[in-house]
Amino acid sequence: MAKSLLLICRQSPWAGPPAREALDIALAGGAFELPLALLFLDDGVFQLVADQNPSALEQKDLQANLRALPLFGVDQLYVCQRSLAERGLNADSLVLPAHPLDEAGLRALIAEHDQSVTL
Amino acid sequence: MKFAIALFAPPQAPSSRRALRFAEAVLAGGHEIVRLFFYQDAVQHASAALVCAQDETDIAAQWIRFIQDNQLDSVVCIAAALRRGVLDAGEAQRHGGRPAVVEQPQWALSGLGQLHEAAQLADRLICFGGP
Repeated sequence: MAKSLLLICRQSPWAGPPAREALDIALAGGAFELPLALLFLDDGVFQLVADQNPSALEQKDLQANLRALPLFGVDQLYVCQRSLAERGLNADSLVLPAHPLDEAGLRALIAEHDQSVTL
Repeated sequence: MKFAIALFAPPQAPSSRRALRFAEAVLAGGHEIVRLFFYQDAVQHASAALVCAQDETDIAAQWIRFIQDNQLDSVVCIAAALRRGVLDAGEAQRHGGRPAVVEQPQWALSGLGQLHEAAQLADRLICFGGP
């Protein structure tokens, strides 16, 4: 059986290539139909905020990549409840249906995956 | 035990040195490295254009010797490498005759599927240099 991978995304969408490159790992894994999940943690939760205007920064829209995740079979999406709260964000207003997790939930999620990559 | 090692930081970063010492310890302990995967700023490891000051430890050069001596499978993510100007002769030609900086033959510019394949083949995926 294929090993499961948890990808922990901690980068804000505007900080240069890292956020996009982390998502690319997920998209590549999805293309190979590998079991993988995404956790948005720390500034990574900003990737899920609606109504962003990347063109003001002359950047490409990262959310096009995010929306592609389900098409690549990546539908296990999680978000750190505390990271949201610290940034005044609400799990109900995110662009993707990411499941909010408390500290115990984060521990369980990490424990149940064979491998993890944090970017 | 089989290890896959992923590195995300450039050779100047402390995590590059830690990754190298870890990789050396893996082999010294009788284990196997199925693949080294260089992603994000770690693609700079493949650049022959890096110059280290004479009074500093040249970790990039140590990586190259380590990889050559042990004949390790060393993959550089091609998309991350192109974005950072780390081109081999083939890519340099493909992109309008830009300068090539990947000279040693041990580096393979390839896709992220190689990271996933290595993770599947290995008992442990060990990452260095994330945020």
